[in-house]
Amino acid sequence: MTTTIQDQDSKAPAADAAIERSAAYYRLKADVEDFYYHEADLLDDRRFRDWLDLLTEDISYFMPIRRNVKFGQQAARENTKRGEGISWFDEDKWTLTKRVEQILTGVHYAEEPLSRITHMVSNVQIKGARPEVGAARELDATSRFLVYQNRVEYETYIFVGRRNDTLRLTDTGWKIARREILLEQNILLAKNLTTFF
Amino acid sequence: MPLRNDFDQLVDVKGGFISREIFVDADIYRQELDKVFTRAWLLVGHESLVPNPGDFYTSRMGEESVILCRDKKGEIHVFLNSCRHRGMKVCRYEQGNTSLFTCPYHSWTYTTDGKLQGVPLHRTLYDGVLDREANSLVSVAKLCNYKGSIWATWDKDAPDFITYLGDARIHLDQALDCRDGREGGSEVIGVHKWVFPANWKFAAENFLGDTYHNPSHRSVDLIGIGPSAAAGKKGRRDDELEKAQHVWISFPEGHGVHSAIQPEANDYIESFLDNPILEKYFRHCFEERKRRLGEQARLLPFVGTIFPNTSYHGRQPRGLCAWHPHSPTSTEGWRFFLVDKDAPKEAKEYLRRYYMRYSGPAGMTEQDDMENWLYATAASTGTIARRYPFNYQQSMGAYVTDHPLGGEVSTQITEQIARGFYRRWTSYMQGGDWHELLGAPAGNRQAAE
Repeated sequence: MTTTIQDQDSKAPAADAAIERSAAYYRLKADVEDFYYHEADLLDDRRFRDWLDLLTEDISYFMPIRRNVKFGQQAARENTKRGEGISWFDEDKWTLTKRVEQILTGVHYAEEPLSRITHMVSNVQIKGARPEVGAARELDATSRFLVYQNRVEYETYIFVGRRNDTLRLTDTGWKIARREILLEQNILLAKNLTTFF
Repeated sequence: MPLRNDFDQLVDVKGGFISREIFVDADIYRQELDKVFTRAWLLVGHESLVPNPGDFYTSRMGEESVILCRDKKGEIHVFLNSCRHRGMKVCRYEQGNTSLFTCPYHSWTYTTDGKLQGVPLHRTLYDGVLDREANSLVSVAKLCNYKGSIWATWDKDAPDFITYLGDARIHLDQALDCRDGREGGSEVIGVHKWVFPANWKFAAENFLGDTYHNPSHRSVDLIGIGPSAAAGKKGRRDDELEKAQHVWISFPEGHGVHSAIQPEANDYIESFLDNPILEKYFRHCFEERKRRLGEQARLLPFVGTIFPNTSYHGRQPRGLCAWHPHSPTSTEGWRFFLVDKDAPKEAKEYLRRYYMRYSGPAGMTEQDDMENWLYATAASTGTIARRYPFNYQQSMGAYVTDHPLGGEVSTQITEQIARGFYRRWTSYMQGGDWHELLGAPAGNRQAAE
């Protein structure tokens, strides 16, 4: 599995250590899927402030730039890295909040009028649970996304990729503590990234 | 209606009207690739992308892929990324280190200085016929490493890059030099690449000093995303130029800049208030630059475009852009983000975060630019729309030609820079000689010499 693209950070879910498919696993997975569908609803219903509430205060939200590299170098060099250099997003809650505030000004012309956006989430798997699957307080989940954006009249973009998340259970339910978004594009084939993933 | 190849009529600089045809017409676009992009000096990259022998970085010139490469001896080259045999790209990686470029098609190989080395079955199939030297990778005609930024032209008759820059040079310097006034010393910390549906000239013109489009950035100015935003300041950057005399300059080579001259006292304007360490660092840089450059330190950059398609942002944020043409109505934007190579880690860390939230397709400020360029292009393609030229009459005649900074200097927001850019664009499209391309009136060679 040396060529599998995984989050390169040390806190990333282990590549191969599959969790046993127990009843507890499927209950937890259903919870996470439900959480993702709720999240997609908030974004697609343009309830951006409510979406911000799904993020922990210390969230790290990251979308690397994907690069064309020689075989064997994928793991080390294909993706720009969290915490260094330039990526599409390498953000904290302050910046994400600013992005929401910007849309809510009503004069952010790249989202005024608002785009029509649908977030599809699939392929959800739990890759790690702490302290244990049956009583998880924190978990690592992977998923795929397909985001459809239609803007004004004819502008249409389809963003497809993967997400590697860490979710944390709080008094108000699950929250996203860490998200890596792997968009399956090298040169961005869209004029803008005005949506959240 | 002007004929599509009558560039003097399409570009009416005196009257202040420019035909929409030059932003949407496919024939004019094809001619631009031939007449502008094969002659002008184009930004290819930065030396920090290829620091070691054998390092390469694939880039673009016009529509075409090129390889920026440092050979085994350390010399920098730029080659067309196309095998001499059947044209296959010999390099499809973005960046790396190699001793050979091997064409995937028939396995011809080229060394890092572009020479054809390996030809399978050479003795049997090509002996005595194939001239290896004559089948090297196609090299640019001229190349210049200017303070770390790499520029090239396909025209062997082009003037050297410094001559080409003319008086725009000291403005570009403000983006390339260290924040404390030392020459050069920048490095690229990342590159954005994206495609947007607009003519490339909208982007080039935006950076020429189109300060007039400020209202389209109202959303970021309202919420505040600058280096002092967390400390409560609104705006998208710190207003280091709040007491400065802004200048908008059109240079005869077609370049244009928006810079500013600080008052004589040149006092430091507080910035980077989000972080006391950064505030101290940038204050130090400002004072050090002032000490080093003296009177010259009063000049500060804002933005500019080096003809035809290289733009820079001088300070907040700081970087070089190349607007690569894709089609009349599509452009690939590349943005090279710059920091001082020896800046403290904390400064680099802050700057990269600021650059990301400001710039490019994910940047809160520039998303609104792309929206403008798209819909301006789209609304100009119509049959009726094309009959009505764009209005470029802003600040007609409001400039001086005897300013020490050279060029045509305006102290008010002006489209004189755009008019100058398209005046020179017209010279290229009419196949003008280099005297004319550098700004000497046609048929007045003596004046240029």
